[in-house]
Amino acid sequence: MTRRGGNQEGRWAWRLTGFITLLVYIFMFAPIIATVVLSFNASMFGGFPMTGFSLQWYVKLMGNEQVIAAFRTSLWIALVTALVTTAIGVVTAFALTRFDFRGKQMLSTLVILPALVPETILGVGLLVLIKAVEQPRTLLILILGHILLTVPYVVLIAQARMVGIRRVYEEAALSLGASRLSSFREITLPLLVPAVVAGAMLAFTISFDNTSASLFWRPAGVETMPTQILSMLKISISPEINALGTAMIVVTVGIPLVGGLILQSLTKLRKRTEPTEGVQ
Amino acid sequence: MSMNKGWTLYDPRLAWMLVAPVLLLLVFFLVLPIAVMAVYTFFTFVTAGIEESTLTLANWHEFFTDSYYHGFLFKTLRVGAMTALICGVLGYFPAYFIWATTFRHKWLLLLLLIVPFWISFTIRTFSWINILGEQGVINVTLIRLGLIDEPLHMLYTEGAVIMGLLHFLLPYMILNVYVSLESIDRTLIAAARSMGCTSAQAFREVTLPLSLPGLAAGLLLCFVLAAGSYVTPQLLGAGRDALFGNLIYDTIMGQLNWPMGATLSIVLFVVLGCFAAVYTRYMGMSQIVKGLGG
Repeated sequence: MTRRGGNQEGRWAWRLTGFITLLVYIFMFAPIIATVVLSFNASMFGGFPMTGFSLQWYVKLMGNEQVIAAFRTSLWIALVTALVTTAIGVVTAFALTRFDFRGKQMLSTLVILPALVPETILGVGLLVLIKAVEQPRTLLILILGHILLTVPYVVLIAQARMVGIRRVYEEAALSLGASRLSSFREITLPLLVPAVVAGAMLAFTISFDNTSASLFWRPAGVETMPTQILSMLKISISPEINALGTAMIVVTVGIPLVGGLILQSLTKLRKRTEPTEGVQ
Repeated sequence: MSMNKGWTLYDPRLAWMLVAPVLLLLVFFLVLPIAVMAVYTFFTFVTAGIEESTLTLANWHEFFTDSYYHGFLFKTLRVGAMTALICGVLGYFPAYFIWATTFRHKWLLLLLLIVPFWISFTIRTFSWINILGEQGVINVTLIRLGLIDEPLHMLYTEGAVIMGLLHFLLPYMILNVYVSLESIDRTLIAAARSMGCTSAQAFREVTLPLSLPGLAAGLLLCFVLAAGSYVTPQLLGAGRDALFGNLIYDTIMGQLNWPMGATLSIVLFVVLGCFAAVYTRYMGMSQIVKGLGG
């Protein structure tokens, strides 16, 4: 590689870069690893040193009804959010890449704002609006709020992929007599699958993980997983939280990883079968 | 085509129908709330949870004259700027490394940067308690080694807050810089080298300037997200480390002073908006879009 060159100075700079990179990765993962390790601690206190291996905190967690209820709430909210956001986000991305209409530029800017405006502001804003029109905080409002927060990511991911799909494919289908809907369903959507899946998973995790805005929007008495963790942390730092954290990591990292692997093997499979289809 | 009689292939009417759901959502959940909030800043606060629609400048007067609020604002901007700068410095190295490395499993390094996005933000934040706390990794190790007798007070300080923010924001920075490095035409660097540049010169004259858009986008993103944070100061800071987001939350959820809470939200919105406007004026939106969607 030319960048690294043969000179002494360049080699040292490269080593320094590698070293700092290593440190940054350690910085990123050390706290998470510490949490996972501590969740198996036999000690009664939430901290080091480890006094032995135990699953007691997981057992205790399973018996914690509040946690289970919060988990279920978050799961449902995230599922609905992911489904709806993906549906409306993908058609919006389609319109933004394929069509020309007045206000398109403004809409593309507006659509990424929910990702840039701090959640506290979005949270307060919606709350003030609800108060102004004298509506109660409901689960529906919370879900619509989550959809707002996740829409930018789905639209951007779908748009990035859509740009790479040439519109002649769709137009060919149209010229052969396919309707708009079936050309979208038969041509565009299959080509979009990776972006749709990636967008849906991201929407799911963002919703499942949302904290600040949910603190404002949740109906009275409803706890989502993150707000439940926050209120548990307010009382005391019990090792149960480490177990909860580990369980959540398994859910939120495990699902996308498995999803990604399935997707990868699917594309490999399709690549293998494609040439034969071409012959037919 | 029968269902669209009289419509052209890329008819704007069809486009509007497609974007309608997202547009309605943006109008009712983003634009309208901020507009109503702006109106609310002129309402009169009566008592906790109750306000009148009599228009007044009292909230704005209170904000502009009370140094309590100015202190919060400056502290928030300072913490945001420090976080963004440290992120920029620390994040550039990994981004450059991933881009330039000949390591075959580069995707793994990139995947590891995305994994934190999947882990609950609350969990990532509180996990620092296990590192910095009195019974955390650092204190226990140092005491075991006999280097200290009393645990160091690291948790619930501004340093811990900045540490938590760095932890949350570094992946954003690294990915932004990486995306912009990735778009550099590598033959330019080869050309610079063949003309006699040392690798350091080639980096300074070619690579660094061409990666600045990504760095700038990362800095803006980190600054805005740090300055708008609520959870991190709440979990890792003491009362005096609270930032503007915490002030807004307490004003609304604690004191139930909605007009003042709305005023503070609008202040934060305008201040951060100004930074974003200056940025877009010079850099445009495209880099941010790449960073978020890539």
